[in-house]
Amino acid sequence: MEFLVASSIGLLTACGTYLLLRGRTFPVVIGLALLSYAVNVFLFAMGRLTINMPPILREGVTEYTDPLPQALVLTAIVISFGMTALIVVLSIRTFLEIGNDHVDGRPIGEPSEAGDKN
Amino acid sequence: MSLTLIVLLPFIGAVLPAIMIRAGRNACATATGSVTLLALILLMAKAPAVLGGEVFQVSYNWLPELGLNVTFFLDGLGLLFATLILGIGLLIIIYARFYLSKDDPMGRFYVFLLLFQGAMVGIVLSDNILLLLVFWELTSLSSFLLIGYWKHLPAGRQGARMALAVTGAGGLAMIAGMLILGDIVGSYNLTVILQHADLIQASPMYLPALILILLGCFTKSAQFPFHFWLPHAMAAPTPVSAYLHSATMVKAGIFLMARMWPVLSGTPEWFYIVATAGLVTMVLGAWIAIFKHDLKGLLAYSTVSHLGLVTMLFGFGTPMAAVAGVFHIINHATFKAALFMTAGIIDHETGTRDIRRFGGLLNLMPIAGTIGIISAASMAGIIPLNGFLSKEMMLEEAWHTVWMDQNWVVPVLATLGAVFSVAYSFRFIFHVWLGKPRDADLPHHPHDPPFGMWAPPAFLTVLVVLIGLFPSVIAGPLVAATSGAVIGGELPEYHLALWHGLTPALGMSVIAIVVGALILMRHNGLLSATANLSRPDAKEMFDCGIAKLVALSRFVSDNLHNGSLQRYLCIMIVAALAIGASGFYAQPDYTPGTRELLDVSPTAAIAWLLLVVTCIASVFMHHNRLLSLLLVGVVGLIVSLGFIYLSAPDLALTQISVEVVTVILMLLALNILPKETPKESLPGRKMRDGIVSIAAGLGIGGAIWAIMTRDLPSSISAYHLANSKTEGGGTNVVNVILVDFRGFDTFGEIIVLGIAALSIFALIETVTQGAAAKRLANWVVDNRRSADRHPMMMVVATRVMLPLSLMVGVYIFLRGHNEPGGGFIAGLVVSVALVMQYMASGFGWTQNRMKVNYHGMIGLGVIAAAITGVSAWVVGLPFLTSGFVHVHLPIVGEFELASAMGFDLGVFLTVVGAVMLALAKLSQVERMAEHVEVNLEPMDHDPSVAVATPEKEA
Repeated sequence: MEFLVASSIGLLTACGTYLLLRGRTFPVVIGLALLSYAVNVFLFAMGRLTINMPPILREGVTEYTDPLPQALVLTAIVISFGMTALIVVLSIRTFLEIGNDHVDGRPIGEPSEAGDKN
Repeated sequence: MSLTLIVLLPFIGAVLPAIMIRAGRNACATATGSVTLLALILLMAKAPAVLGGEVFQVSYNWLPELGLNVTFFLDGLGLLFATLILGIGLLIIIYARFYLSKDDPMGRFYVFLLLFQGAMVGIVLSDNILLLLVFWELTSLSSFLLIGYWKHLPAGRQGARMALAVTGAGGLAMIAGMLILGDIVGSYNLTVILQHADLIQASPMYLPALILILLGCFTKSAQFPFHFWLPHAMAAPTPVSAYLHSATMVKAGIFLMARMWPVLSGTPEWFYIVATAGLVTMVLGAWIAIFKHDLKGLLAYSTVSHLGLVTMLFGFGTPMAAVAGVFHIINHATFKAALFMTAGIIDHETGTRDIRRFGGLLNLMPIAGTIGIISAASMAGIIPLNGFLSKEMMLEEAWHTVWMDQNWVVPVLATLGAVFSVAYSFRFIFHVWLGKPRDADLPHHPHDPPFGMWAPPAFLTVLVVLIGLFPSVIAGPLVAATSGAVIGGELPEYHLALWHGLTPALGMSVIAIVVGALILMRHNGLLSATANLSRPDAKEMFDCGIAKLVALSRFVSDNLHNGSLQRYLCIMIVAALAIGASGFYAQPDYTPGTRELLDVSPTAAIAWLLLVVTCIASVFMHHNRLLSLLLVGVVGLIVSLGFIYLSAPDLALTQISVEVVTVILMLLALNILPKETPKESLPGRKMRDGIVSIAAGLGIGGAIWAIMTRDLPSSISAYHLANSKTEGGGTNVVNVILVDFRGFDTFGEIIVLGIAALSIFALIETVTQGAAAKRLANWVVDNRRSADRHPMMMVVATRVMLPLSLMVGVYIFLRGHNEPGGGFIAGLVVSVALVMQYMASGFGWTQNRMKVNYHGMIGLGVIAAAITGVSAWVVGLPFLTSGFVHVHLPIVGEFELASAMGFDLGVFLTVVGAVMLALAKLSQVERMAEHVEVNLEPMDHDPSVAVATPEKEA
């Protein structure tokens, strides 16, 4: 099980990073979303994996999973939503402002050489 | 207390001139002067006790954790410098009143002057070296303002910049040195540090600390090779030159050397660095001064030379030399400040400072002339003035000093310095005041200045003569107290007197006067002989160095910061990878973890497979943006499933509801943004990014694998589990942590969320202006539209579901403390319910019925959370302490009504407000782009209306 989670985190990170390094806004946003999943699961897994031991106190139950990473990740998820929303709006605003969605440092208005060939 | 007041008075008083200038120039100067006078009186009240050997101390805690406290102490050395700063400061304030012309903004001048004065007094009275550093930097800043006071003059601005760059850089070095020193001793208090000479000198960090501190001292006190800034700072108004560049600021470096003398001096390193630098500076400065035609330039280099002299004396490291150094500080301050003020008078009265145009001015300005001649004679070291006394002591010390096993080097060079010093001093006397007038049409016809302008230098000149005649009466106690403070032990046998018998020093003095006079007689010949010598121009070198630095920074920043997000991110990711990988070099003996692993269930394997496929697909199909968005949605769902499988129901609930709003948000964005990402990455770039990403993935995956295969060390989680019910009143530990144990974190987080939403609001609100508005107005819809924007089925279904979903929200909120749920999740669920109404029935219709202000909701949420936290204060408990009672409600069952619920309500409101504000604002852009009126009817085709109409017709 641990291997599945670790490999998932690695894969999410790799895919997120690759998309993050694209030259347009939308792939960057998508990449950031994937990276957020990776980070959240990473933090969560810091408390080690357990099955059927939710941190809800019950009479007679003594073994619980680690609640602290869960609490931290819960707020992290909500904050990542705020961040994603902000960055999405930023990308829309820049797109409307300069007329393209480049984030690769091309001067405004200059078409991409490779882009035209498509 | 009054010690603190002495330091604070100039700072507090600095507002006075700014206000009083409205009442006129006299009122302004009087107000400024009284501030300084008051501080001086306070100081003088303590003087007798300090001269008697007492040390005053006062201390307030500021940041005790950092060792930074507001502590001041007043001993002999502090008294000497504080007297110089405040006393000469007072004279300068009087002098400046008459010096500044009507066009100069006098209020500003006095404000800067008082700020500088306060900073200087702060330096000399600080007992804490960190506090001292703060004041040290303040003097650099305020002197920058003073030098550049005439901001219309390019020379003034350049000189100010140069002074700031050099002294500021030295100050930075000194901070490092002081920190090392504090680290060696374990205290930042000067009085403590001064007790630990052995500890410091035995430390291997002694030399670095010494060099760094001396860098600060040498730059401030214009020691070779950092002397070049001082002459350029002469572009300042003369009162500034007289105050900063002769009496006070340039002595700050010397002060610090004196202050640190007991712990830093006495080593060969100290001797060779300090004494050599001082010696070179003394000779070089005096030599250059001979050739300066600018009156202030001559005085500037002479100051450099005299500062070198004092530095050299402290560098010798013997108690006797230290006494001589202290005495020369007093003497130099008196005659040099007087000379600068005289130079200002000449400049003021004749309109020029070029020595070649002067001659015979004594006849025209007898008072100023007398002052100037006596002070210059003292500078030359003529008997019976005070300059003679300390110069004799210096020569006597030089006579006994052996440098690199050579006993002739220091005496010869010291004599040479004295020779040059006599030459330029005589030049000041003979070429300016005596002889025939050389230029008949000076810009103004010179005559003696008003009383207020000559009185201050005259007062100083009286001191020059009195100290010369009765040294032990006038200056004796001060010299003794100061030297005692510098040496920190027994005073050597010394005698302040004019006549010491036929000593080697007397011989050296005589040689200096005779040869100096000869040099002056041959001055013209010397000028032409040296005219063709190439001499390095410090300003050019400095400007060139600065230009190169600027070019370098521009090169670096242009290349690093080229506007490409890809480059920044790539650098960051590669750097993070490098740092992570370096850990393996630090600890090469890596062993795999041994924790027992969980079994893989078939469900988990299927979910994992799905995740792998969607992840990889999202990368390979990212050019189709809609598809990649859907794939990311799938990934999010699998992550939620993973959370619920791995005992995290709260996370699963949060993730799945966030997923819904995120996808809606991105769909809205995609409506405006291009639908395709063009294939524009070249293969090389793809390869690079691929390698970087795979490395990042392996790194993160490997890290978490290493963590998960090891046991969890004991953490605070056990405490949370044990006390959640008893202290927090809830059985859902995650929720109790959020609203209680770590409530302050959550409080910060909802504020961040609110700020993000408000930023979104600001970004969209201004979209109606400029280029963005134009693009929106010309927007062409570029994807297919459904013919039925608001299908009836959906409208009806969502409306039926609304009360149900709100009910679910309330339920999740209420049970959150004990079962999975809580403010965050409830907020998201309610947001989704509301968003569904917008989607199904259209914005216009829904907005007309949603009478809620989302901004207000965010604010209300934060306030609710804050009030819950603060209410704990009412019963005398710390912020956010919660209390709870058990309540029984029908249907819902028994639950604890904790005060944390109020906090959770705040979370709930903020989340709903933030999510709704973001989505509602985003849909506003869409509406602008669509060019379609918002619908006020819930459905595009209202079946009830459609049926009704034919009936009517029939």
